[in-house]
Amino acid sequence: MKETVYFTASEHVAVLAGPDDFDGWRTQARQVLMARVHPSEVIWRVPGGEGDLFASSEPSPPPIAVPDARQPIVSRAFLDLAAKAACHRDRGRFDFLYRLLWRLQRNARLLEDKADGDVRRLDELARTVRRDIHKMRAFVRFRSVAQPDGTERYVAWFEPEHHILRANAAFFVNRFAGMHWSILTPIGALHWDGASLQEGPPATRGDAPDGDPIEDLWSSYYASIFNPARLKIDAMLKEMPRKYWKNMPETALVPALIAGAQAREAVMVEAGRDLFEDDSPPTSLEEIAGAIRSCRRCAIGCNGTDAVGSEGSSGASLMIVGEQPGDVEEREGRPFVGPAGQLLMRHLEEAGLNRSRAYVTNAVKHFKFLPRGKRRMHQTPTAREIDTCRWWLDGERSIVKPRLVLVLGASAARGLLGKTISVQKERGAPIDLPDGSELWVTTHPSYLLRLPEENRPAEEKRFQDDLRAIAERLAALESAAG
Amino acid sequence: MKESLQQRLEILADAAKYDASCASSGTAKRNAKAGGIGSTEGMGICHSYAPDGRCISLLKILLTNHCIFDCHYCINRKSSNVRRARFTPQEVADLTITFYRRNYIEGLFLSSGIVKSGDHTMEQIIEAARILREEHLFRGYIHLKMIPEADADLIARAGLYADRVSINVELPTQAGLTRLAPDKSGQQIETAMGGLKTAIEDATDSRKRFRSAPQFAPAGQSTQMIVGADGASDAQIIQKSSKLYDRFALRRVYYSAFSPIPDASAVLPLKRAPLIREHRLYQSDWLMRFYGYEPHEVGQAADAAGMLPLDIDPKLAWALNFRDRFPMDVNRASRDALLRVPGLGVRAVDALLVARRHRHLRLADIAKLTVSIAKIRPFIVAADWRPTKLTDRADLRRLLTPRRTEQLELFAA
Repeated sequence: MKETVYFTASEHVAVLAGPDDFDGWRTQARQVLMARVHPSEVIWRVPGGEGDLFASSEPSPPPIAVPDARQPIVSRAFLDLAAKAACHRDRGRFDFLYRLLWRLQRNARLLEDKADGDVRRLDELARTVRRDIHKMRAFVRFRSVAQPDGTERYVAWFEPEHHILRANAAFFVNRFAGMHWSILTPIGALHWDGASLQEGPPATRGDAPDGDPIEDLWSSYYASIFNPARLKIDAMLKEMPRKYWKNMPETALVPALIAGAQAREAVMVEAGRDLFEDDSPPTSLEEIAGAIRSCRRCAIGCNGTDAVGSEGSSGASLMIVGEQPGDVEEREGRPFVGPAGQLLMRHLEEAGLNRSRAYVTNAVKHFKFLPRGKRRMHQTPTAREIDTCRWWLDGERSIVKPRLVLVLGASAARGLLGKTISVQKERGAPIDLPDGSELWVTTHPSYLLRLPEENRPAEEKRFQDDLRAIAERLAALESAAG
Repeated sequence: MKESLQQRLEILADAAKYDASCASSGTAKRNAKAGGIGSTEGMGICHSYAPDGRCISLLKILLTNHCIFDCHYCINRKSSNVRRARFTPQEVADLTITFYRRNYIEGLFLSSGIVKSGDHTMEQIIEAARILREEHLFRGYIHLKMIPEADADLIARAGLYADRVSINVELPTQAGLTRLAPDKSGQQIETAMGGLKTAIEDATDSRKRFRSAPQFAPAGQSTQMIVGADGASDAQIIQKSSKLYDRFALRRVYYSAFSPIPDASAVLPLKRAPLIREHRLYQSDWLMRFYGYEPHEVGQAADAAGMLPLDIDPKLAWALNFRDRFPMDVNRASRDALLRVPGLGVRAVDALLVARRHRHLRLADIAKLTVSIAKIRPFIVAADWRPTKLTDRADLRRLLTPRRTEQLELFAA
């Protein structure tokens, strides 16, 4: 908008020292006010400032106060707001402030009238400047520059919207008093050497360093603290408008984070879906034996191995649950026939428990392994995989209805309980299950096989003791049931 | 193989992001003029914002995500399949300073999975804070998560370094806690919160008498509740919050809408709770703390099942249920009465109270003090305005329900 400016010799020209010279305004405003110079007759000049239309006019001599002039009095609240408003980019701010000061002399409580247009404008100007000050404190990013003497200097490039550089100096001095730093802006610069603050001329982006290795670390943090399940782009933009982004290293990641967010959430939801939501519980062991062969609900089921089912009758009072079939079991299609299975059988016999009278199965029905050359190395199933396969184990339990369930190791225990327990803490005493049966926990026989030779006898003895206690308990349960 | 600092930062920030609290406000004023580094003002500073709309004010990380607990809603539970990592207290302190010097953060928010024991974990957390305060002479903000199982003496030491301390109640009902956090004890959590309250009050009290008395968590204590992981209704959550505020003088209760986590436990609901539900709970929280609503009154805004409406805010919902209390005359009604008008915030009401000493307020004046006059109109009387039948219209709710706007495609091709 082009303005036509008229001014006459009768107008008072007040010249300020700079675009944020609130103190200069205050002194001269007091003088012109005491000389009763009407707001329409004062021209406020900011030398070199944008829109300095009166660059050719000389400052007027200080006006002479009218004979009965009193010192003008304004509230602290007005001064605070005006000092902020004076930093605004708005060209007419000093005229406006003087007009409001003039009105305040006639109505000292004018500021209370928040519905008044001028009062609202003052609030609005001050609010905008406060926000700009706050955003500068938030979004300045220092980059470290190694100095020849081995110390570090921290340099930032920032583009404030209003004349707030000086107003913010104290904040940065108080916070970073022990560092050497510079803040470079298009309207001037601040330099702190640990003891004193220097002002410098306007700078350009090229004067500031163009990177800092720590920014990679910071960007990783930014990406990791973001929760893709709760995308709220508007909320981010409201507080961090895009005009600030170019000087903040982490914002380069924003587009990719947003683009990936929905996909990441969908994967998480899909991974957590109830995989059996459309199925009804199995009603016979034959049905389970058939269904597990084609179950592809987890990665183990999809690894191309054959499922290994259970052995034993549906009327067994003892159910023994292992972790998952191993290499030998998968090839032969029977549970507990590998080295660990043989060890278990030996101990069962010794404890007086007959395998043929027990129902033997695994918490996970397929063999999870890592190929290592020609060998297939056992891999522990994840909690999620065990929880998925629990559908089949629950089905088996509801059909077999054992009085006592013996689980071998933590994975098998999870298959029964749905939570991870400590085998060493729980072994040797029964855990009551909701269906009235008892759960007993001991170690997995493969644990015994992995032990160093010298520790094995002691652990095998504990294993045997556990089995004997179970045999005794089973006999008591069976005789009680008749 | 030990992971690099960057990899561990990724794991331990990822593990910490489900805690909503990030405030750096309300602490004692400090600066580095007499040495050291850092300052705090009354108002916190948010140094960045993530695309989830949450502010990034503090370096929010866990010391470790190894955990001996098995809380179903937590990504760090013992049975979860996440990658595990740990920092030393020294690494945490150094990282905080490295970020702080570049003006990325206001300070540190440190929490941890429980390793070995509650005491051991608490000692490690305290050690990181001690290095920051005593070796780096750090004057910025520190928020420490307290481990309720830890010894009371340790908790007392943590408060000497921290600005804010917090213990999460996690779930609004005891039944929810029993089911989803079997290793945690509601009793123990509340005992620890009670201990913190006493310590904070004692320190404030002695500082009134002796200026040199040590400060204890000058920014007070806060807590967090997960919303939507168990079956608790909004009314139950609000009752719980209100009790917590009263009993433990909390600065804030944070609500975190349950969101899906990788490798989730099968016990949990799959879908996230609507984010808007979390927002409505924060609005009810505000109604109790700043607008003079009693918890049962917020409950009156909820439906028979105790759930707040999602499409309108709880204040409007309450007003629609109690239309006989309206309209309020903006030129005569008391502050308390005006605070009940939907669309009038605390600041607008205060401005209006002062402005009405100077003029007889008209509708246009009210419009200048508020964001949207359309929402307010049915509930007020002004010099030139009377809503006549508007307040009683059966379709008022529909008239005032904001239309859903499509979320703007920010980076559409």
